Amino acid sequence: MSAPSAPSAPSAETVVAPVEPGERLGKWSGKSVPRTEDRRLLKGQGEFTDDVWMHRQGYAHFARSPHGHAKILSIDTSRALSLDGVHAVLTGEEAKEMCEVPFFQIAPEPAGRLEEWPLAVDKVRYHGDAVAVVLAESRDVARDAAELVEVEYEPLPVVVDTVAAADPDAPLLHDEAGTNVAWHGVFDYGDIDWALENADHVVKIDRLHFHRFSSTPLECNAAVVNWDPGTGVVDVKSNNQMPMFASMVIGPTLGVASNKLQFASQDIGGAFGNKIGSYPQIAALALLSRKAGRPAKWTEYRQEHMLTAGHGNERTFLDIEVPVLKDGTILGFKVRAFDDAGAYLHYEPLGAVIWSQVTPGCYRLKHIQVDYTETLTNKCPTIPNRGYSRLQHLWLIERIVDTVARELDFDPVEVRKQNYVQPDDYPYETPSGCVYDSGDLPRSLEVALELIDVKGWRARQRELGTGSGKRIGIGIGSTLDSGTNNFGQARIINPDLPFSGNGEAAYVKLDLYGEINVDIGTTPQGQGHETTAGQVVADVLGVEPSAVNVSAGFDQRHNTYVAFSGTYASQFAVTGLGAVLGGAEMLRREIVTLAAFALEADEDEIEVEGGACHVRGDPERAIPFIGIANLAFSNNAVLTPELRERISLNCRYVYTPPFTVPDPETKTGELTLTYASQIHAAAVEIDEETGRLEILDYVAVDDCGRVINPQIVEGQVQGAAALGIGAALYEAFEYDADGLLQQSSFYDYHALTALDMPMMKYADIESPSPFTPNGAKGMGEGGGAPLSTLCSAIQDALGDGDALVADSHNPWFRIHELLGGGADGAPRAVRVESR
Amino acid sequence: MSDAGMVHPITVTINGERYARTVQARKLLVHFIRDELALKGTHIGCDTGNCGACSIIVNGKLIKSCMMLAVQADGATIETIEGLEAEGELTPVQRAFHEHHGLQCGYCTPGMVMSATYLLRGNPDPSEEEIRRAIRGNICRCTGYVNIVRSVKAAAGAGEPAAADRAEASR
Ligand code: FES
Ligand code: FES
Repeated sequence: MSAPSAPSAPSAETVVAPVEPGERLGKWSGKSVPRTEDRRLLKGQGEFTDDVWMHRQGYAHFARSPHGHAKILSIDTSRALSLDGVHAVLTGEEAKEMCEVPFFQIAPEPAGRLEEWPLAVDKVRYHGDAVAVVLAESRDVARDAAELVEVEYEPLPVVVDTVAAADPDAPLLHDEAGTNVAWHGVFDYGDIDWALENADHVVKIDRLHFHRFSSTPLECNAAVVNWDPGTGVVDVKSNNQMPMFASMVIGPTLGVASNKLQFASQDIGGAFGNKIGSYPQIAALALLSRKAGRPAKWTEYRQEHMLTAGHGNERTFLDIEVPVLKDGTILGFKVRAFDDAGAYLHYEPLGAVIWSQVTPGCYRLKHIQVDYTETLTNKCPTIPNRGYSRLQHLWLIERIVDTVARELDFDPVEVRKQNYVQPDDYPYETPSGCVYDSGDLPRSLEVALELIDVKGWRARQRELGTGSGKRIGIGIGSTLDSGTNNFGQARIINPDLPFSGNGEAAYVKLDLYGEINVDIGTTPQGQGHETTAGQVVADVLGVEPSAVNVSAGFDQRHNTYVAFSGTYASQFAVTGLGAVLGGAEMLRREIVTLAAFALEADEDEIEVEGGACHVRGDPERAIPFIGIANLAFSNNAVLTPELRERISLNCRYVYTPPFTVPDPETKTGELTLTYASQIHAAAVEIDEETGRLEILDYVAVDDCGRVINPQIVEGQVQGAAALGIGAALYEAFEYDADGLLQQSSFYDYHALTALDMPMMKYADIESPSPFTPNGAKGMGEGGGAPLSTLCSAIQDALGDGDALVADSHNPWFRIHELLGGGADGAPRAVRVESR
Repeated sequence: MSDAGMVHPITVTINGERYARTVQARKLLVHFIRDELALKGTHIGCDTGNCGACSIIVNGKLIKSCMMLAVQADGATIETIEGLEAEGELTPVQRAFHEHHGLQCGYCTPGMVMSATYLLRGNPDPSEEEIRRAIRGNICRCTGYVNIVRSVKAAAGAGEPAAADRAEASR
């Protein structure tokens, strides 16, 4: 980077875009209030699941399959049991006998017939499938004993490719289902045949592939489970991030009522969707605890995590056809998508509909047909992974847009701006009936391009020319972060599922001495819920955020919750803070009522400020919160009977978004409430000799409506960008032909380090959502923008050659292959038909 | 072979406190610190020495405590995250992480803070490149490192901090 004409090196500072932030919500909301959570975490005083210790606990270790697919002929636990210090061993067969029913399935028939139990029964279906679990006095003895569980296997043929798995002749994973197809359906919006017939050009792409990776949170899965023989209560201290979903799945299987299945967590070391998937292990631990008569503690090893904790969805796109008009208008596209769910359906096949929250991506595409097949393969089950199911689809659309631009000689920037949903279009209804709430995509892109000085890089790119051994590429990724699911979309997968809507619950209350206390149903993993909930309550009740105590973490014994509670799918700013806002407003009304009574004034004369109430214009006539609390809790004979009955100062509020039930026939409906946007751009340099890529400059422009805490939002954007950059360049889970995972440690699975991550730039635009109580939009997942951006940049660097960036994963050796024109002998993967 | 066999007596000084225990030969130092001494601030994020969540300072050197056996630490003086604060005050490094949002879930944080503290003791005014090299063995999955690098820079820029940390170290 020494050429005089090169643009200046990336600045280390956040660049704040020249935009006006929207009107803020109050004194504290909208400010970068430093986080309440930090102090304990910085001092090593966090309480993560492995830090939880129960009296008489044993340590659990799972015995796992070394095969991709095999029949279990026999299991002999005698050697394991004979080891000193072993409390118990539980096999799959035994576990099944202790269960009432298999885990419920979201899939309709025939895949819905699939039976999954806490441990594998009769056969193993992927490398790492659990066949037994041991409880022992220490971690080491448990591990030794698990190795002594002797399993005789008869290997079976494996299938590791999703397209091949759909073939009726492919090895069958689940006999009771009779098919590997977990779900199939055609999403047909507009009139794609008309569009293909009437377009000036049709761009055809044979195949694109979105690879398998996961966010691999730094804290692995963990749980300490105690089945109390006296009360029948099952205590689950875990880092599961969607405990109510886990409870609904495993409760019936274990035969435990939900009021006796008590989930709790305090600090969770990252989750990113991945920690939705630990419920089979939690169920197995519950049974193990029941059998052994003591608590079972399990902390996943990293290798175990990589093998079994859930990977993101891998998706293959075939036979893509894109109708385009002469002027650059893209009419839509047609594609056959094959999604690989792995060996069991954990949360799947919900992914088969979740992508349709963003059917046309950022664009005004009207005619879209997606023939979608989800299959079971002999691989680790997939689990929601940051950007779940939308990032694959958004990546497809960005590859389509770039390919159209390249093949038809359009400017990739102009073709985007022209086809984007325009600022005047909002609220914008997509072909699948989703309503994009607000945004300004063209401006976001302009800001992004300015911040990386795209003109400078273009000039530099031309200057370099051939012979320098280096190539410059500029890439764009336009993505949406759809937030606040309507669970009614599950009915598009299975019309018999009685799910719809969404919601979150919060308690906001005054305590005995007038302290403010807040409990929420969420399970934060670094998103700063204690801080932002404190900001919202502080604004409503007129106090400092430090005067608000938000309970750390979640405990089913005292927190309030609904079935949707948890922290997932970019929704806290809407559902969680919506609940907190509602609860705080209820409490404020009760406080005002009591103050008016005590001060003998009208309610509308009462001001609430600084932890007290006073009569407007007469600060002497005042009562502090402690006095209000006294009236309700320890002095209630002075109140009227009506007030005694009505006022509790314990205010529970459930926020529910205004959803209706989607239509399974037409596969349309309001599937999500808010659409934050993430527009990324990058300049990269590629070394021709090695294929190594260096990020020269990187920017993310975020628009998530009203921002409650800018610093936290920026942190989420940076984190999502890092995971995307890692996935694009370094991180992949790959299986060999025998179904064995090739990456099972951070050696082979190269998690992005500080040396790989640029000092990215960031800007923020605020388009408030008209649909939410606070104008905020859910955010944090980020839509996988870096995968789109870096593929776009690599394609740009390749120049006019034939090679197509057809895979979302581009480590140096793949880039090197692309520089050489793509895989040897491969036919050209793109064609254009013009009329 | 159960945990009862092959035990060795060891004595270590951690954060100024002396502990005498018998441990199994194969016990990892990190498991000893967490499970036997109940110092839960030192974390575990991998099985292979890649992630740095377990970083601590042993005899003045930064190490990954999952890569050392407890018996190897016999006689050592050890600092863990719990020992950094003085009289309840955050150190300048910890303060900078707080002010610059250098942590999200907080799981990598103790290891990150130990690495940053160690860096600044030896190099009070590191360049961005030096900061990145110093924490390259600490994986963070939440922050993308941007604010961590900013935090370490800020801690260094404060001038004082590194000095204060050095004083802390020689206590
Ligand atoms: S736990 Fe020690 S380096 Fe990962
Ligand atoms: S803050 Fe979560 S791993 Fe670093």
